[in-house]
Amino acid sequence: MGMPAAKAQALFQGLRMIDADPAADAVALERITMWALSQYSPIVAVDVPDGIVMDTEGADHLRGGEERMLTSIANRFRAKGLTARVAIADTWGAANACARAINRETVIVPRGETVRAVEKLPISLLRLPEKIVGDLRTLGFKTIGELANTPRAPLTLRFGPEVGRRLDQMFGRTPEPIDPIRTVELVEVNRVFAEPIGAAETINKYVARLVVQLVDELQTRGLGVRRADLIVEKVDGTRQAIRAGTAKPARDVAWLTKLFKDRTEKIEPGFGIEKMTLVAVMAEPLEEAQKSSSLVEDEVIDVTPLIDIFGNRGARVYRVAPVASDVPERSVRRIGAASDPVEASWVNHWRRPVRLLARPEQVDVMALMPDHPPVWIMWRGKRRKVKNADGPERIFGEWWERNSEMAAVRDYFVIEDEGGERLWIFRSGDGVDTETGSHKWFVHGVFA
Amino acid sequence: MNSAAAPNAVLDGLREQIAHLESASQRKRGVLPFGVAQIDERLPGGGLAYGALHECAGGGAGTVDGAAAALFVAGIAARTQGKVVWCLTRPDLFFPALAQAGLHPNRVVFVESDKEEDVLANMEEGLSYGGLGAVIGEIVRLPMAASRRLQLAAERTGTMALVVRRWRRQTEASDFGQPTAATTRWRVSVIPSEELPVPGVGRARWFLELMRVKAGECAEFEVGACDAEGRIDIFSRSADGQDQAGRSRYSR
Repeated sequence: MGMPAAKAQALFQGLRMIDADPAADAVALERITMWALSQYSPIVAVDVPDGIVMDTEGADHLRGGEERMLTSIANRFRAKGLTARVAIADTWGAANACARAINRETVIVPRGETVRAVEKLPISLLRLPEKIVGDLRTLGFKTIGELANTPRAPLTLRFGPEVGRRLDQMFGRTPEPIDPIRTVELVEVNRVFAEPIGAAETINKYVARLVVQLVDELQTRGLGVRRADLIVEKVDGTRQAIRAGTAKPARDVAWLTKLFKDRTEKIEPGFGIEKMTLVAVMAEPLEEAQKSSSLVEDEVIDVTPLIDIFGNRGARVYRVAPVASDVPERSVRRIGAASDPVEASWVNHWRRPVRLLARPEQVDVMALMPDHPPVWIMWRGKRRKVKNADGPERIFGEWWERNSEMAAVRDYFVIEDEGGERLWIFRSGDGVDTETGSHKWFVHGVFA
Repeated sequence: MNSAAAPNAVLDGLREQIAHLESASQRKRGVLPFGVAQIDERLPGGGLAYGALHECAGGGAGTVDGAAAALFVAGIAARTQGKVVWCLTRPDLFFPALAQAGLHPNRVVFVESDKEEDVLANMEEGLSYGGLGAVIGEIVRLPMAASRRLQLAAERTGTMALVVRRWRRQTEASDFGQPTAATTRWRVSVIPSEELPVPGVGRARWFLELMRVKAGECAEFEVGACDAEGRIDIFSRSADGQDQAGRSRYSR
């Protein structure tokens, strides 16, 4: 920073020079911010000149916690060839400073540890004008901690209120609401209250009205909402957001109202709500479809609204679909609950167990090699005499999946013990050649 | 049950009046017959009532794995119309087996949550949505209040609620004796399969206990497990040439 170009070229041979283009950078940053808005959190803004700030409170658990969210953000940027520094802290100021101070990719400042995290950082990270930073340096201040421990009055007298304000914002003594990024394409409706509201019924009433307004607005543009945010601005200057997602573009008042009303109890009105905003963060074209006549008897019920209700509660909603694989654990995959119907089904001439153990459990057996079922097996501490058995059903390893499966073989048997319990067991290997497996026996499933 | 028609005319009239006093919606719901005369005649209305909660558990080792109970319930769901919502916490179902009982994967939406309470809440949401074929939940504990909520939600929309009780340990299964608001309560235990003239495992058989039914009496059946359309059938003893009675380990 601040090095003359000629000096840099002298230091580093073959240096490529690119002119700075702040306008293009700003546009790109805005684009990334919009992307983050649709991905991570309802409250995202550009942190000028070179950052993005997000309020992830209540949003991180959807990404498996703070640490995993940060790692995934860093990884996604790296996949695009960009290097990002990501930090989470209690306040915007602290996160801003930490992200710019670290050498590694991510850092998490634990709750309430802001002071300890930032006291050693240089004052240039306090988001103050360069002039003030320079003057403070002249006075001998180096770290934020030193500055924070100095009496406030002389500082204010000399540098104005800016220094105190930035310090308070960093330590969370004054709120610093993030004004989320918006573009003209976003469909947004809001309602300002002359008298702050707080009662649950009132909130619900106005949410319902906002939804109606939003749906009207979407109707005129021919859009359906995929992701909508309700942003609540409170009297004390803080914001809270609720995000609702849908599996398909939606423009149905009852459906959207239900999604938000489910969770309005999470809103803490505090001293009262001043303004409520409803934004369709992600919208997709939605054409009107003619409904079939009610004379047709068996109408197919669309369960997409129900899927959304489950999904917004944090449950994992999915359907299963077949995969053309003989290996049992690979023969089922999860697909989105609202995805199109899959016509294919499993082709099985053999019986399949109702419960498949997550991991095959090794058992002790007595069996005649190579192709006889065991005479008895010992599973979970209980010895069972095998009365009837079917098999072997030989399943070969899938060499195109993994090299180590080149020669692998499993021989599956259905066995039934004297009490009638039916189990699915297999021997790893074909019983002759140890190349094909260890010849150990495993229980893999339980039949009905 | 349907003997002596003449004196029952008065009783039927009274029943009709009481039914009017109760929820009017429930009468129209109808039932899902098993298609097995011996079982259907034990159930009021001649089948498993729509718009009601039915509870089902395994016996023996099945209290933990719940395999037979799950397949029994899947067979029932396969014979309903519309989508099926299956709420669970432990995703160890192997769907090819359910597909073999006639349940198409397109019809089943799985809802997996981390907590037991969420399973109950999700079931209730599914039931009150309406228009589904059946809502299935795999639960360890089913308290009275929760079961009543499910029963009421099912009554409102006429969706069938099916609960598979599944415990962590076999000893915890004594919990199954606790009263719930379920309309019927079943226990499905595996028994030795149909004998074949050749070595091998024949058609699976179950010992099916109807442990509790509202306005009906308990019963026990030996049935053949779900076929490709989800139907069970009474196992006929003469078919395999066995004539000894009481082959169930419970009546031995």
